[in-house]
Amino acid sequence: MPPTSSSAIRTVADEPPKRLSASGSAAPAVEAHELVKTYPGRRGAPPVRALSGAGFTVPAGTVFGLLGPNGAGKSTTVRILTTLTSPDGGRASVAGYDVRRQAGRVRRAIGVVTQKSGVDPEATGRENLVLQAYLHGLTGRAARSRVSELLDQFDLAAPADRLARTYSGGMLRRLDVAIGLVHRPAVLFLDEPTTGLDPQARSAMWAEISRLTTEGLTILLTTHYLEEADRLAARVALIEGGRIVVEGSPDGLKSELRGDALELELAGELDDSGGPGPAAVTRLRERLLALDAVHEVRVVGRRLHARVADGAGTLPAVFAAVGGTGLAVSSATVARPSLDDVYLRYVGHRFTADTGAGTGTAREAGR
Amino acid sequence: MTAELTATPAPEASFGTQFGAVLMRHLRLLGRQPAYLSISLMQAVIWLPLFGSLFRHVADVPGFDGGRSYLGYLTPGVVAMTALFTSGWAGMGFIQDMEGGVMDRLLTSPARRGALVAGPIAYQAVMITIQTVIIVVLGWALGTHFRSGPAGALVLLVAAVLLAAFISGLSITLALLVRNEESLIAASQFIVLPLTFLSSAMMPRDLLPGWIATVARYNPVDWAITAGREALGADPDWTAAGWRLGALAALAVATGALAARAFRTYQRSL
Ligand SMILES: Nc1ncnc2c1ncn2[C@@H]1O[C@H](COP(=O)(O)OP(=O)(O)OP(=O)(O)O)[C@@H](O)[C@H]1O
Ligand SMILES: [Mg+2]
Repeated sequence: MPPTSSSAIRTVADEPPKRLSASGSAAPAVEAHELVKTYPGRRGAPPVRALSGAGFTVPAGTVFGLLGPNGAGKSTTVRILTTLTSPDGGRASVAGYDVRRQAGRVRRAIGVVTQKSGVDPEATGRENLVLQAYLHGLTGRAARSRVSELLDQFDLAAPADRLARTYSGGMLRRLDVAIGLVHRPAVLFLDEPTTGLDPQARSAMWAEISRLTTEGLTILLTTHYLEEADRLAARVALIEGGRIVVEGSPDGLKSELRGDALELELAGELDDSGGPGPAAVTRLRERLLALDAVHEVRVVGRRLHARVADGAGTLPAVFAAVGGTGLAVSSATVARPSLDDVYLRYVGHRFTADTGAGTGTAREAGR
Repeated sequence: MTAELTATPAPEASFGTQFGAVLMRHLRLLGRQPAYLSISLMQAVIWLPLFGSLFRHVADVPGFDGGRSYLGYLTPGVVAMTALFTSGWAGMGFIQDMEGGVMDRLLTSPARRGALVAGPIAYQAVMITIQTVIIVVLGWALGTHFRSGPAGALVLLVAAVLLAAFISGLSITLALLVRNEESLIAASQFIVLPLTFLSSAMMPRDLLPGWIATVARYNPVDWAITAGREALGADPDWTAAGWRLGALAALAVATGALAARAFRTYQRSL
């Protein structure tokens, strides 16, 4: 039901248009509930549980970031929400339609940018867009003008009639997004839109995504760049091992941490693992937590992470406490809390250090 | 703003629109790969003279229908063989689309599965049409007389197109099931070669060894050859040609439908 006609009538009747409808903006754009997905193991390997009860809600008109390391289940979630595959358990709806029972309706309402580029390399940029337009029922002059509009918008007008196989990574990714937008979808899925892009292409893509959100589009974005989620997403969900670990706005999550992140690099008597021995760690924790300003202490290898009320002011006391255990501090940093700290808090280890995020190439590294 | 984005989805695309767009994609590719095109056309040119001279003496074997030249006999066989050798690879494009992200993009769009299958099959039909015309013209140039005239050639063309559609449907189904190039190549070889040689392509059924003659009777490739050969002959048995064309059409529709179903199996693996 196109609400345009009904809202026109309501306006005449001098009554504010009501937000009703399954796809209207009152209802969440995406609802995922207890999603479970297991892949059969290849060649005798045990089955892989890609999702074990992931659930979240994306309010209409917002950007939602699904942040997690390699193999966390981001793409699997996107594949389920975009009707590419079905979950073994749980349910999900997109734009008000059930992804299983109303797959056809969902497909008409969504734009999808998969992790692997969906561009046909043997066709030109323009032809790629026109194909998508026709599949969505946009034909003839309407298709041509929409396609030209997108080529301009994504700065692809000049190479539009070149084969896509000659495009740079950044151009391909922009074309992918343009393809996803041909039919003016209500919800856009972006699976790692900037992985593998150079910093310049990445910030261009960020600018483009931010611009889209001002037009009322709902975007679900997956990423393993903390900064990307922080910058673009109104809400983020940390996903790890097929589960949503925590969900909230980046600022909300950070402020829940209370205080600054203090990171020390320890020196002195370290054991084989490169860190202080278990006994030393226990002593260290006791002494540090005895300080009023210190909330949390974690030791990972030779790095000590602590949450302190007033980072700079507490440093001397912290140094003294470390010194009291016979260890020394070789470097110290104090920072406002970042999403990485949120990650550390909820997952138990640093995001950046442990996933190799930032290289973007080591797909299954550490798995 | 939000209203504009959520309110007016484009009208649902018709099957014809989607089919046309997918077919266009493949035809355009053909124009852009002159090497592929020339190799495909070369195939059409090579087989007839090659097998024609290789098996020349078949015409001298007692029992061979002496009424016509061996080349004339061979023409429908070469057409069918070309259809097999070309359409047997129809699934390769699907594998490439799966390995890139194109398939995911198509499957998350409202494209009907039928259109995604019918487009590439129609493209194969275009290819075999061009090839058949070349072979028939070549046969004619080499001195074969097609006694029933254009009607006979047209029936041969229909037989070739139906055979190509059937084989393409099979190849696409296989591609969606095995999902990798190596397995698809192995499976295609396993199907294409026996189907070609267990038929009357080179030799009349009466001259084939007993069990091969029996197998050939149930071989769809042989149906296409026999239908074409009947139609090109001096006194065509239109009934014999007709039921074979009907059976081929039924098979083509069946494998096309099977291919459209195979998307489900493919998507379950994602
Ligand atoms: N088609 C498949 N068959 C078998 N296992 C799969 C398949 N797809 C994903 N997996 C496994 O499921 C788990 C989750 O994969 P998924 O692709 O969702 O992770 P991701 O968060 O997108 O990771 P990345 O950042 O590397 O893209 C991984 O262990 C992966 O190996
Ligand atoms: Mg992924």
